[in-house]
Amino acid sequence: MSGAGPILAVDSAVVRYGRLTAVDGLSLSVREGETLGLVGESGCGKTSLAKALVRLLPLASGRILLDGIDTRSAAASAKSWLPGRIQLLFQDPVASLSPRLTIRRLLEEPLRIRRALTPDAWREVEGTFTELGLAPDILDRYPHQLSGGQARRVSMVRALAMRPRIVVADEPTAGLDLSVQGEMLNLLAQVQRQLRLTYLVVSHNLNIVGRITDRVAVMYLGQIVELGTTRRVFDRPAHHYTAALLAANPVLDPQHRRRRILLKSELPSPLNPPSGCRFHPRCAAAQERCRIETPVLREVAEGQQVACHFPRPGTAG
Amino acid sequence: MTEAALLSVRGLEVRYATDRGPVQVLGGISLDIPQGTVVGIVGESGSGKSTLALALMGLLPANASQPAGSLLFEGDELATLSLSRRRRLRGTKMAMVFQDPMSSLHPLFAIGTQMVDVQRAKNAGVARGELWRRAAAMLTRVGVPDAAQRMSRYPHEFSGGMRQRVMIAMALLVEPKLLIADEPTTALDATIEAQIVELLRDIRREIRGSVILISHSLGLVAELCDQIVVMYAGKVVETGPVAEVFAQPRHPYTRALLGCEIDPWQVVDASIPLPRIPGSPPDLVDPPRGCVFAARCPQRFERCSEPPPLTPAADGRAAACWLA
Repeated sequence: MSGAGPILAVDSAVVRYGRLTAVDGLSLSVREGETLGLVGESGCGKTSLAKALVRLLPLASGRILLDGIDTRSAAASAKSWLPGRIQLLFQDPVASLSPRLTIRRLLEEPLRIRRALTPDAWREVEGTFTELGLAPDILDRYPHQLSGGQARRVSMVRALAMRPRIVVADEPTAGLDLSVQGEMLNLLAQVQRQLRLTYLVVSHNLNIVGRITDRVAVMYLGQIVELGTTRRVFDRPAHHYTAALLAANPVLDPQHRRRRILLKSELPSPLNPPSGCRFHPRCAAAQERCRIETPVLREVAEGQQVACHFPRPGTAG
Repeated sequence: MTEAALLSVRGLEVRYATDRGPVQVLGGISLDIPQGTVVGIVGESGSGKSTLALALMGLLPANASQPAGSLLFEGDELATLSLSRRRRLRGTKMAMVFQDPMSSLHPLFAIGTQMVDVQRAKNAGVARGELWRRAAAMLTRVGVPDAAQRMSRYPHEFSGGMRQRVMIAMALLVEPKLLIADEPTTALDATIEAQIVELLRDIRREIRGSVILISHSLGLVAELCDQIVVMYAGKVVETGPVAEVFAQPRHPYTRALLGCEIDPWQVVDASIPLPRIPGSPPDLVDPPRGCVFAARCPQRFERCSEPPPLTPAADGRAAACWLA
């Protein structure tokens, strides 16, 4: 680790929808240049966290620091400050592009709003456009005239127009067929290399997270239950929830099939989360202490933290 | 083999009317579903797998053409069956579990009422109390807690996973000869999907009939099915026992698709690009005359401009490829 602080730090972030607490006191640091995966099932708060990072959702409490600067501070209030640092890549590229604007207008729009539409800035946008394999004649078309692959590239060019340093990709391969998801992921990798980007990839697809991320954070009911290098977490999950999630992933090769860990019952309502460890009602290893005392993230091995009183055996050291 | 088949499909063709003209969604499908087997039908979007399921059930949407070809079920030709007899078949010998259980349950009737209704066609004259009791027992069997109480609850009071259990229980109450499950776990979260997969694995031992599982997930088919049917652009391109097809695919499309599957435990140099199949499936408004995969196939040669037949080899496997 170098002496430099994290490019992005989330400090005790809370996101609420009325009475529902979607993200509950979550802290996380993202290092420059890494790809961090955020996994969990629906309702775990991963998309809420992603939206809070780009200020599409307000924080009820807590802080988000970009390069050590609080995004709500006066220093961060300039219009082009935040988008120049962090951008969200939407899940549905076609839905995120207004149908009434040409691609050219759509790409100019973010720059225009931030009064940054200079000939130089536009040339850069065109440069990314060509680098991603888009032909110039596409600029004068409308979103519905594009193929799914082209729309994805266009929304990526749009996200990159403000030259962000961090890209939050929300389910980048959702709805993509197996034969084309590789194309999207290769594109992400290409852009990351060229622009030295930091990625936060939100996905429920464990195959993809296992392949493209450096570190992974596992969320359950608004909190991080495990965080570590992807290899370590996939090979030796310390949290019982992580282990169940990984074992639930269907695999092709019968010899590599994991013994399924069936969880008791279903996800409790986030309106009324269980006491103590939120996973305890579904956990086979739960004991009395888990009902009462909330576990906090602590290191179990180098590069692996877990929020569990009784981590899975064989994970320490 | 053919005499033993529960369902035998020959030359099934279905077209959908669209603004752009008729789309040939199924371009001559032939396959056999043997008695007592679980057959997985895989394919990507637009391959026609869901249309095939609907055609088998006789539930094609209004813009679909009258299917051409033959559908023999227990020796009866379904294509010429009257609507009422076809309908009766659905409540007695055929059942289907859909991807989205919310839209297949009636929102205004209690679960128990709906579970009693599905048994009517098969159990004329049996008292309602008895049908209710059987339904409650089946709910318990598929893992719905407090089944007796939950019988009088409405679909919106159930979670996605519980609703899918209700759908499976309803299908099982019919004791069908043929159960078609169309992406039964796609709408569910991973840990709930695992529970449903375990349930399906469990009940397949109890079901005497055959099961068709339609899925885009190769992993799910690998875990649950005996046989596999691989579809591409409205055609069957490969069939055979799952383990053999996955171990040694014979059609270039099957091979390419398996190559795209990511093993997250495999340690790979991050600079190596992920595999994909270049190009996109053909536009079925104007389907290719030759092999449907030829335009994306790395091994294409002159002969691919003629359609390759799906001829079974001596080992019972078949691949529609001139090189197979």
